[in-house]
Amino acid sequence: MKLPFADETYSPIFGRLSLQSLPLHETIVVVTFIAVAIGGVVVVGAITYFRLWGTLWRDWFTSVDHKKIGIMYFVLAFIMLIRGFSDAIMMRAQQALSVGPGHYGYLPPDHFNQVFSAHGVIMIFFVAMPMVVGLMNVVVPLQIGARDVAFPYLNNASFWLTTAGVVITMLSLFIGNYSRAGWLAMPPLSEFKQSPDVGVDYFIWGLQVAGVGTLLSGINFVVTIIKMRAPGMTMMKMPVFVWTAFCTNILIVAAFPVLTAVLALLALDRVAGMHFFTNDGGGDMMMYVNLIWIWGHPEVYILILPAFGVFSEVVATFSAKRLFGYTSMVYATIVITILAYLVWLHHFFTMGAGADVNSFFAITTMIISIPTGAKIFNWLFTMYRGRIRYELPMMWTLAFMLTFVIGGMTGVMLAVPPADFVLHNSLFLVAHFHNVIIGGVLFGMFAGITYWWPKALGFRLDRKWGVRSFWLWVVGFYIAFMPLYVLGFMGVTRRLQHISNPAARPWFEIAAFGAFLIALGIACMLIQFYVSIRDRERLRDTTGDPWNGRTLEWSTASPAPAYNFAFTPVVHEVDAWHDMKNRGYVRPEAGFNAIHMPKNTATGVVIGALGTVFGFAMVWQIWWLVILSGLALFATVITHSFNYDRSFHIPAEEVTRTEEDRSRLLASAGIPA
Amino acid sequence: MSAVDHAGGGAETFYRAEEHEHPEGSNTMLGFWIYIMSDTLIFAMLFACFAVLGRHYDGGPGPKDVFDITLLALNTTMLLCSSITYGFAMISMQNGRTGGTLGWLLVTALFGMAFVGIELHEFAGMIAEGATPERSAFLSSFFTLVGTHGTHVTIGIIWMFTLMAQVSRKGLNAANRRRLMCLSMFWHFLDVIWIGVFTVVYLLGMIQ
Repeated sequence: MKLPFADETYSPIFGRLSLQSLPLHETIVVVTFIAVAIGGVVVVGAITYFRLWGTLWRDWFTSVDHKKIGIMYFVLAFIMLIRGFSDAIMMRAQQALSVGPGHYGYLPPDHFNQVFSAHGVIMIFFVAMPMVVGLMNVVVPLQIGARDVAFPYLNNASFWLTTAGVVITMLSLFIGNYSRAGWLAMPPLSEFKQSPDVGVDYFIWGLQVAGVGTLLSGINFVVTIIKMRAPGMTMMKMPVFVWTAFCTNILIVAAFPVLTAVLALLALDRVAGMHFFTNDGGGDMMMYVNLIWIWGHPEVYILILPAFGVFSEVVATFSAKRLFGYTSMVYATIVITILAYLVWLHHFFTMGAGADVNSFFAITTMIISIPTGAKIFNWLFTMYRGRIRYELPMMWTLAFMLTFVIGGMTGVMLAVPPADFVLHNSLFLVAHFHNVIIGGVLFGMFAGITYWWPKALGFRLDRKWGVRSFWLWVVGFYIAFMPLYVLGFMGVTRRLQHISNPAARPWFEIAAFGAFLIALGIACMLIQFYVSIRDRERLRDTTGDPWNGRTLEWSTASPAPAYNFAFTPVVHEVDAWHDMKNRGYVRPEAGFNAIHMPKNTATGVVIGALGTVFGFAMVWQIWWLVILSGLALFATVITHSFNYDRSFHIPAEEVTRTEEDRSRLLASAGIPA
Repeated sequence: MSAVDHAGGGAETFYRAEEHEHPEGSNTMLGFWIYIMSDTLIFAMLFACFAVLGRHYDGGPGPKDVFDITLLALNTTMLLCSSITYGFAMISMQNGRTGGTLGWLLVTALFGMAFVGIELHEFAGMIAEGATPERSAFLSSFFTLVGTHGTHVTIGIIWMFTLMAQVSRKGLNAANRRRLMCLSMFWHFLDVIWIGVFTVVYLLGMIQ
């Protein structure tokens, strides 16, 4: 058996890895490496100097507390947002400098192709997904009145597997190269013959490892929401965010296995010389396109549904009204969940499946705009005659509603096959999906972050810097992406390193300016975090309910104690906490019991580390290391299963102490206990 | 006023004054069902690939040239028997007989190993004849579907030996019973998948 990778440079010890794999000839990469190395040394040095390793390890890395895991997801997401955005602004600069004869910009095609591939992968998998999963982690157990998720250890392992995927992907920056085949690595370009280097392998194994983590998270949250709701909380009394999280996790469980399978098949093509998607040997490349979008379209809804949930919570709270049309909101969410599986072919109407198939998928696609439209009207009617407070979460929500409607309408345009034949693969499409992902998912996550930050960390975010960030983001978004719609109509296709028509230049320059404003928006947001942490005493949330909230998470302290609720809440209404406040709920101050909680574990960290090694070894085909790390992974899981002693009790005295501290805090805020 | 049962005004209760301990692992069975569903999807993908590519021989061997129906009958018998013996292990577990449970698990594992052994023998024979996974899309999808099933069975066997060690150390406690139930689901699930493989890959391949 002659395998494709087995050429003369292959070494049994280092696989395909050699000194030539280090991209020393690329100045941009070398400078980035030096910057990252210095930054890394500074961070590690600071942690060592302030003796924080012990705290980090005990209280964070090995923690099974869903709130802390959620916060770690956000840290990961923001680091990757900076990486993904660096890619974005490099592309905007390149395209602005590379229009017309004689202008070729500063990025060679080889590098540019890696940049757009990495940008897409990172933004979807390592920014949007960690934000969504992180927000569900922080919020869902609190909103359903639970003490933790159903499988706390698995939750920790999921986080570390996601991190492992990040590490594998980031390694491609400095060792070897990343994929040049776009964010979904379509064959035949991603096959071994066309892309023989390690780029596509980095793509495959980064996503494969992270994907397993996401799948486990999905199972975890479905079980958590089904089994761990507080007494009295029937399905139709769950907060809307929990509903959207529930549907999202069902989508994860039913979509991510497809991604796992299709990436494994591509890997078999590349490594074992099989013929699933190749041009020769009877392979069928369009099967890959179908399979990847059978995962990929539900993925779009995996991202947007939780954002819809956030807006539903925010609109109700800041309009001081119960959500308009709760039931229709729930059914709209369910309908979107189902339709998410029936539209995948609209990503490639140009495949030529025929008019009947294309019409079917066009109609299902257009139908999705009905439940989505219903949601928009529900939010509008919630605001109608409400007492609206223009706090930051509400501002993000309003920006979303305006922006998302535009993105939705261009989406319906693309859903018309004849129009799609013209606009397919153009910058119109790029503008459309950024319109819905930035205007929908990202604005939703920003609304969620500002809304729940006090609950997670115990203090509010600074408003002044938040407002600056908001306006820079929103204005920057419109300036960056509206020109792309125009360019799409002018016939500019996506992923171009050079644009020959000089008429396109002004639009690209405007778009680059917009990206620059977004950069300032990100900077203001990071300053906002810094200022808020610095001034946390001034911004302290002593009440646990800073926004006059309506759902259960606001009934406990900010930040919520490890056990979330001293007593398990009993729910009577959709807006449980609003109902409690209305009917004179008195916070109990005595009679606390010991609380049963899971112990921390280092298994997740070990699994993540071994997953990283395994993925890296697969990329470079270092087979002895693949076998070794694979066996070690097995051994770790088996060893963990021999540990039957996984929980402990928080003693009643400690619960009493924590709750007495809270009573004092409430008294200092002038709230009777 | 300790252990307040009626907090707040009126007769409404807003919290439970007593701790209701969730039995540890009460969520495991549901979680495992959902895992099985997600694993079914992986197999669904592989079946779909075989359905599309199963006749793309690329001038190479077809099913009639490479499948050995006797070997298949033997193979299938091993796996079906292993499902029955796992059932016996579960009956022993319900009767609280540790020894019986361990014995039947061992028998099941032996049947499983026989299945994997025969499958590897089949694969080796095909590869020796030049019917390798790289030969054609048909063989790629065949080896991947059947091999993925075989890998699952192998993992099931490793899990079975792990559980045997755990049962002999800790007896049939609640955690171990739950784990035996999970493996039972997993093992029967692999049987169901095999029925699909047997029908779609081998029988339909032979009669076409």
